[in-house]
This record gives sequence, structure tokens and C-alpha cells, in this order.
Amino acid sequence: MTNREQYDKAFMDNFKLAREQLAGLKYRSIRLWDSMGHMTLMEEMEDKFDITMSTPDILEFNSYEKGFAILRKYGVDI
Amino acid sequence: MDYSKWLSCEPYEWKQKEKETVYLPYFTRLTELHRRRCGLYGRALAKLGYEPLHTNCLQDIPMLPILLFKHMELKSIMDDEIFKILVSSGTSGQAVSQIFLDAATARNQQLTLFKIVKNFLGASRLPMMIIDSPSVFKDREKFTARGAAILGFSMFAKHRCYALDDTMKVDVGRIGRFAEENRGKPVLIFGFTFMIWKYFCRALQEQHVSFDFSNAYVLHGGGWKKMQDCAVSPDAYKRRLKDQFGIDRVHNYYGMAEQTGCIYMECEYGHFHASIFSDIIIRNARDFSVCPVGLPGIIQVLSPIAVSYPGHSILTEDMGTLLGIDDCPCGRKGKYFSVAGRIPAAEIRGCSDIYGE
Repeated sequence: MTNREQYDKAFMDNFKLAREQLAGLKYRSIRLWDSMGHMTLMEEMEDKFDITMSTPDILEFNSYEKGFAILRKYGVDI
Repeated sequence: MDYSKWLSCEPYEWKQKEKETVYLPYFTRLTELHRRRCGLYGRALAKLGYEPLHTNCLQDIPMLPILLFKHMELKSIMDDEIFKILVSSGTSGQAVSQIFLDAATARNQQLTLFKIVKNFLGASRLPMMIIDSPSVFKDREKFTARGAAILGFSMFAKHRCYALDDTMKVDVGRIGRFAEENRGKPVLIFGFTFMIWKYFCRALQEQHVSFDFSNAYVLHGGGWKKMQDCAVSPDAYKRRLKDQFGIDRVHNYYGMAEQTGCIYMECEYGHFHASIFSDIIIRNARDFSVCPVGLPGIIQVLSPIAVSYPGHSILTEDMGTLLGIDDCPCGRKGKYFSVAGRIPAAEIRGCSDIYGE
């Protein structure tokens, strides 16, 4: 799986979505992406890509698109 | 000063005088903003006879009794701007407060909490053991203040581990694995004051098990009421954590759902500190005059973060004493104080009577 596929899969599995539903997805725009869902998603991203994000970055990670830029900061090729 | 600039400052660097120079114009404007945007708040101000021109110092900023948030929907935003509604649980059987947040206010609360906690625990996210049960999140749509606090602090942690199982029994195996995996590394142990005492200290002692957690920070909050009932003083609490687990770094915090984010952390000397992100004024319980250092009274809390709801100046139902200003031996500037618990119910009614219909 490419990094992009793994990234999408984390969203799809956690929030029970299809790939077509990911673009434009924002924190708290769906029921499952609440603060609890967010922590689980963040832990999964860290495990998948073997990184540790800073707290401000975890707070910034508030949309599907925003996540790309944040992961790139940690050297993830995505 | 806009709040993002505030966030770029160190949390305990402002002397009280400096702080009030920033606070007074900001709070005067914020009071005006809420008066314009929140009809109920405007009516309360009219009742209080508030006159902005007569606001010469911070203590002249009007305060709302915390009880009002339990009985009214106080918000200064349009319904379509609501991002999140915080609910306080309070004591069982009581009505709950509803706090309306827009996206900016919610974000500022989290960033503020991070700035404050970072001053005590450092910036890196620590492995976290939560002295609670995952069942606290059973109802995802509506969890308790305990659940909200756990989630709030989870942002600063990684690899969260729950010390209790679904039946609130201490999970010795899980705690042992957590201790083993993080041996010698700093970790965070988080929980409500009473939960740590009953379900961690006492429960492990009953099972005759002990762990070395000398690498841990303990962060606990939620009030001392139940600890008073079992006659445990803050000193005895700390001693117990030291004796049983070797923990030196124990920090209580004082805070409330009505002003989430700007918590008051207990320093190494056992004093609660107001950061630059909030302030306290101690009020005489009879006439609401300002109490000087050393005189107990009711705690008023001021928070510049409260923009989406008129909760920037609240009279709590807690008693406290101002211990000093700018001169705590820990080096943190601003006011520091102690908290003595809830005021008697009769007096609470007295306080809210002045806002009655």
C-alpha cells in the first residue's frame, strides 16, 4: 500500500467512509470525527508512519487535506 | 490585544500590574461585545446597573454567577456558528451548564491548555495512564465532565492506557505492562483526585501490589470534596503517592467547564497559579467586596478566551484565599491562591438572588 492509500484507509476505517467521501472532510463535520475519533485517528497515523506529532500539530490536523501538509513536515512522502 | 498574540507569550511571565494593564481594556471591550450579542447577558447587565464608563479597574467588570449557565442558554454567537457545546456535570442531581463554543473559542481553549500544561510537563507528548475506566465514554454523544477532562488532556499524551476495567476494578496486569514499557521514561498519570485515591492508591494497596512510578507526573483535578470526606489533606495525598509509588511530581489543578482551557495549576509549593490566560479575584461572601491577601472569600474567575459565550467573568461557588501576588517561591508571576471547597448552598442562593427576575 502506498502512503496515500494507508492515509485514506485510516480515515475510511475510523469514520466508516468510502474513498469518494474523503475530499473536503473536516473535523467535527461528521459524527464520528469528534474529539474521541480524532485521538484514535492521530494514534493510528503515528503508528502507520512511525512518527510522533507535536500537540499543536495534532490540534491543527482538522481536515483531510490539512493532514497531508502536517505529515510531510514529519518526512512522510505523501 | 488579539488572543493569538496572547498565546505567543509565556504563561507565567507577566507581573500582576502588567497583566491588569492588558486585561482592563480587553475585558471592557469583551463585556461590550457580549452585551451587544447576547440579549440575556445585556439584561443581566442592566439589572446590575453596569456602566462601562465607570470601569476603572478589573474588579469593576461585572460577573455572572456560575449558576446562570445552568439555567439559561447564554451565547454570543449565531446558532450556525456553534461548533461544540460543553456540558458540565456538576454534583449529581444538579442541573448542568451548557457552554456554547465556536471553532475559534474551542481552538483557543485547547491551545491555552497546552501552553499551561507545557510549563509543568514539557512539550513532548508523554505516555499516559488514565486512572479511570474506558466506560466513561460509553455514551459518545454526551459524556461527563470526567470524560471531557480525559479527552482534553489526551491531546498532550500518547499511548493512552486505562488503569481500570469496565467494572471500575484496577487492572494490575495492564498497569504492570505500562510501567514495564515505560521504565525510566517520563510518563503522565492522569485522573480525578478522588479516583486516583480510591481506585489506584487504595485498590493497589488492598491487593498488596506496588509499582515504581518515580518517572511519573501525576496530574489530578475535579475538587477536594470527597477527599475532605475521608479526611485526607493535600499533604497526606502527596505523601501517599510518594510512599506508595515514589512519585514526587504531583500537580492538582483547579478549573471548570465554564472556563475550559485556562486551568490553575498547582506549583511545586502547593499553590494554585493564575496564568496570563486567566485571573481570579476573591470576593467577600456578604457584600462581594474584594478580599485582600489572606482573607478567604468566593472565587471570581476571569478568562479572555470566552468570546463565543458571556463567560469571561464568572462568580464561582468555590471558596478560596489569595495567598500572594508575583512572589511565589516557584518564580511564577501573578496571583496564587488556595481553594477551600464549595460555599454552603444557602449562600449560593443568596448570590444568585441579585440576578433574580
